[in-house]
Amino acid sequence: MRWKTESYTGWGRALTATGDIARPERASALAALMKDSPAPAIGNCRSYGDACLNDDGRVVDMTRMDRVLSFDEKTGLIEVEAGLQVSEISRLYAPQGWLPAVMPGTGFATVGGCIANDVHGKNHHGLGSFGQHVTQIVLNQNGKEVTITPKNAGLWKATIGGLGQTGIIARATLQMIACKGDVMLVTERRVDGWDEFLSVLDDSQATYTVGWIDATAKGDALGRGILEEGETGAGLLPKQKASKKVPFNAPHFALSKPIVKAFNNAYYRRVPDSGRTSVKPINDFFFPLDRIHDWNKLYGKRGFHQFQCVVPIAKAPALREMLEMIAKSGLASPLAVLKRMGPGRAGYLSFPMEGYTLAVDFPNRSAAQLLISKLEEMTEEAGGRLYLAKDALARPNRMKAMYPEWKDWLKVVKKADPEGALETDMTRRLELRSA
Amino acid sequence: MTDTWIILGATSSMARAFARKLAEEGATLYLAGRDMADLEASAGDCKARGAANAHAVPFDARKPETFTPILEQMGAEEGMLNAAVFVGSMPDQADIDADPSLIDGTVTDSFTGPARFLQLLAPMMEERGGGTVVGVGSVAGDRGRVGNYVYGAAKAGFHTYLSGLRNRLTRSGGHVVTVKPGFVDTAMTWGIEGMFLVASPDQVAGDLLKAVRKKKNVIYTPFFWRYIMLIIRSVPEPIFKKLSI
Repeated sequence: MRWKTESYTGWGRALTATGDIARPERASALAALMKDSPAPAIGNCRSYGDACLNDDGRVVDMTRMDRVLSFDEKTGLIEVEAGLQVSEISRLYAPQGWLPAVMPGTGFATVGGCIANDVHGKNHHGLGSFGQHVTQIVLNQNGKEVTITPKNAGLWKATIGGLGQTGIIARATLQMIACKGDVMLVTERRVDGWDEFLSVLDDSQATYTVGWIDATAKGDALGRGILEEGETGAGLLPKQKASKKVPFNAPHFALSKPIVKAFNNAYYRRVPDSGRTSVKPINDFFFPLDRIHDWNKLYGKRGFHQFQCVVPIAKAPALREMLEMIAKSGLASPLAVLKRMGPGRAGYLSFPMEGYTLAVDFPNRSAAQLLISKLEEMTEEAGGRLYLAKDALARPNRMKAMYPEWKDWLKVVKKADPEGALETDMTRRLELRSA
Repeated sequence: MTDTWIILGATSSMARAFARKLAEEGATLYLAGRDMADLEASAGDCKARGAANAHAVPFDARKPETFTPILEQMGAEEGMLNAAVFVGSMPDQADIDADPSLIDGTVTDSFTGPARFLQLLAPMMEERGGGTVVGVGSVAGDRGRVGNYVYGAAKAGFHTYLSGLRNRLTRSGGHVVTVKPGFVDTAMTWGIEGMFLVASPDQVAGDLLKAVRKKKNVIYTPFFWRYIMLIIRSVPEPIFKKLSI
């Protein structure tokens, strides 16, 4: 296997790694290279921080192993290679009435990445996390294939949401859910402020629910935003325009305070006061930003950070306090999301807990880093946790304190990868592999 | 499309991408190559994407005895028979310089092996009065260069063969597309220095399908390689022989 030396980044582009990348196209090539030189896997690098980085080391790019191995149209069971993109599954099977049970916010995420980060979607309150719908995983450990199911309790829970530390996820079987077709019926309504937002999220009966929040609004308007609710349906839509691409790094003032404020105001008023219901292609509803390729370049060459936390229901006031602080700072970008989460999670290091989750993007500046550090502290005090798939900044002790099952994970990982060959920049930064 | 396609060298990423596109149009596929486990996986992929059927069949360009069983199996299919050839091998020129016997294998893989197969398929196509052959050559076959002239020579031979086959099959309603790809982002080129204007296998596969539909004779993919090669071909030999490009 030939190795290619390259620099690469996570989606946030604030951290960079330089190292050797192999890109096997066949199972035999993957097995051979894992025997000789085991290395962690990367997919489309849609995690924001350093979960997908191994500076000065080797990684295995899994994106060419992207085949559907079998699909049962009666049961909705599908076996795929780990490099397959989620959007490809919905493109192929939604017209036939099947959808991945959990759809993350970007369709570019690979199945392997979805498992290793136990991602969630707009239906987390109903169906839980991605890993809860995986029925079987084939791991490659040092060149040997090991098949695991939920019955392999420890190894299963250390693999799902486990940052790829138990072996390379080579293949997985997913239980899809039935859907009515490949269009979405989407209802959007304005929400005037924080308290109303929590109550509409609690009361929403929709299968898919997500809140866009104006993280620049202060005072009475604090927490205003748009509630989006969706249901799958059957129907016909006109052919889509081609997606666009951000061709170069934007200058740093592109997301400055007055521009973001004006944008958010317009975005809020785009939905009429009375609300509206419209029909959208299924992938547009689930992956709205995927229509603009490389949108992360809008943050300029310094990149950005996403802060995402979840806090228990009773600690909602702490989340409000965080939002106040964010609004006051004027550092937020238009991308801010509020969601109600259910308890569903499948791994030791899975992010979800019953409560509310807030995600906000910040351009990478020192002021933003200070703010994020404060927000992290408030999350810890509220008994909440940070999302590893988004994190680039947290300190080891804080992160470990947020994940009470971290020690169980470590025990399994030490056995699965005793040499530490699968360590990444993230596991080193957060000292996850040392007690 | 109820057409049947045989893909020779189906484990390559270009072939995979092309087979997927045919699968989504409902074709019946024969995926031929040496790595049977990988071909079975691709056959599953094609079926899951809508192929009427997909079979993994053992094929080795250097073993003509593998040809007949495939052709017999294909003969039982109804509708038009089509073939796409992605086989070929490109040892380092330096290795060939050290061991000239490598020339035989390179020429067999890239030219005479697939040509022998197509020679057996051609009468079957003529009998049915149609069908298309897509032959993947290379821009390296347009002019011999110091870096890979054995591979280039094999591909040049294949180009000429395809041109003749086109001349022949046209008479019975068939067609031959000669494809000359530039640099494509495959396992063969991964990590090689000096690559530029690299196309994705999916992009190339899209070009192939378009060329089949429009009955193009010779295409370069991506298209601009036609102009690059036009320039390279027009350099007078007295100058060209001193260049190292």
